[in-house]
Amino acid sequence: MSEPSTNIIEVKDLVKTFGNFTAVGGLSFSVKRGEIFSFLGPNGAGKTTTIKMLTTLLRPDSGSIRIAGLDPAREPLEVRRRFGIVFQDNSLDDELTAWENMFFHTVLYGVPADERRARIEDMLRFVGLWDRRQDLVKHFSGGMKRRLEIARCLSHQPDLIFLDEPTSGLDPQNRSRLWEHLRRLNFEMGTTIFLTTHSMEEAEKVSQRIIVIDGGKIAAEGAPDDIKRQTETQTLEEAFLTLTGRDLRDDVPGSLDSMRRTRAVWKGKGK
Amino acid sequence: MNGGAVEAGGRASREPSGKALARGGASSSSWGAVWALWLRQIKRYLRSRSRLVGSLGQPVLFLVALGFGFGPVFQKAGGGNYIQFLTPGIVLMGVLFTAIFSGIEIIWDRQFGFLKETLVAPAPRLFIMLGRTLGGATIAVIQGFLVLLVSFAAGFRLESWSRLPAAALFMGLTAVAFTALGTAIASVLEDMQGFQLIMNFLVMPIFFFSGSIFPLKSLPRFLTDVAAANPLTYGVDGLRLALSGGSYAGMGLDAAVLAGVAAVLVAAGAQLFSRIQA
Repeated sequence: MSEPSTNIIEVKDLVKTFGNFTAVGGLSFSVKRGEIFSFLGPNGAGKTTTIKMLTTLLRPDSGSIRIAGLDPAREPLEVRRRFGIVFQDNSLDDELTAWENMFFHTVLYGVPADERRARIEDMLRFVGLWDRRQDLVKHFSGGMKRRLEIARCLSHQPDLIFLDEPTSGLDPQNRSRLWEHLRRLNFEMGTTIFLTTHSMEEAEKVSQRIIVIDGGKIAAEGAPDDIKRQTETQTLEEAFLTLTGRDLRDDVPGSLDSMRRTRAVWKGKGK
Repeated sequence: MNGGAVEAGGRASREPSGKALARGGASSSSWGAVWALWLRQIKRYLRSRSRLVGSLGQPVLFLVALGFGFGPVFQKAGGGNYIQFLTPGIVLMGVLFTAIFSGIEIIWDRQFGFLKETLVAPAPRLFIMLGRTLGGATIAVIQGFLVLLVSFAAGFRLESWSRLPAAALFMGLTAVAFTALGTAIASVLEDMQGFQLIMNFLVMPIFFFSGSIFPLKSLPRFLTDVAAANPLTYGVDGLRLALSGGSYAGMGLDAAVLAGVAAVLVAAGAQLFSRIQA
């Protein structure tokens, strides 16, 4: 089992189609260890499909993925131990307390029994929720839930975390606090952060490197300043609009996901 | 729960890598997942008093309405004490409904997001499904015993206290089988819109044609065939023998059929659950 030298994610010629629709059409990119990497694109560009393939939730049609040197299709359990993920929508159990959500996560991820308590305490203190640990999550605000999800995804000490629009629906105070935590995490623990967001301002502020995808293909890649230079624009938002156009996109994940799931279940595909 | 909660043990399905071993986490996640998901179901159940009381409503209504409504007729027709006949069927009604709904809770977990947390966990889907199924089945058995307790107030009396373990066995097998069936159904359903369809065309026929509320002996041939193909029939029959005496098929056959069906449904549920995509 080999560990990559510098890249924690390596993607080559990745393709995923649903019927006649090509969601991802030959993506190749890599993410360095310790990087804050933004994966940007308009609705329906293929971001979520790519993240699902990277996180073992979806099998690619062709191409290769390596996470920490491992193939998610062949070693999904090993790959899952290496990353943490904060989904776009809440994935906490609202009927459990903050402590219980953390506790079940550490059990699911095989954190040794004698380390669980300390890790949970560290992480809850890290995100400022230690004093609320016995409260049911259903009484938390959106910002507190986001912080708890981040604490939870860090509790098994992953090398890499995927954040799918982590600040959507948060007020400026919570957004600011969240980024403060994430920067500290990246700086103090060297955790690689793979981020998707529709906030170009945030992406520009925090990312060391960015990929913009559209139509399942890479439209631009580089540091935020490089992308602005390439597109001769002043801000990342202008660069993004230059690269992906100003037309509104129709994103129909519900029906697409529904078709895909039904097809996968009945045809016996998928993990 | 706090940090001093009982800790899980067991082995993972794969040999962990050196780094994972160094982290010390790989070996316990599979059985730990079973335990964690079982415990989660129990905690949610115990915390939801409205669910606990609400799910007793229908069985108790059936017990009181049918028991006292048809009791005299049943006795005049030579069937004996109807409450003694009906109670095992109503107990399994509580088990059946709770088990199916516990399985179907996957749809809620999908809609409210928690399912994704389990799908990306480094535990095989089989173990995740097993944990959920055992949790749902445990709740269903608790629910069955609660209905049994209520039935004492309606006049039911146990044939023999020594047969309670056998009663628990039949409740347990029925609960596992139908929680797994609920899981299998929920694995292919997108949302709760298909729920009414399942209630009307699957759960209610399973209940009505199981011998729960009327004897199977005097039914027309086509209905006895339907009942013979219905796994709940064997649960009701076995439980009736354990609680109030009298059996249609015999306890051995009942237990064997129910165990076989439970194994098949768990396998089918695990297979379909393993194909869920987030």
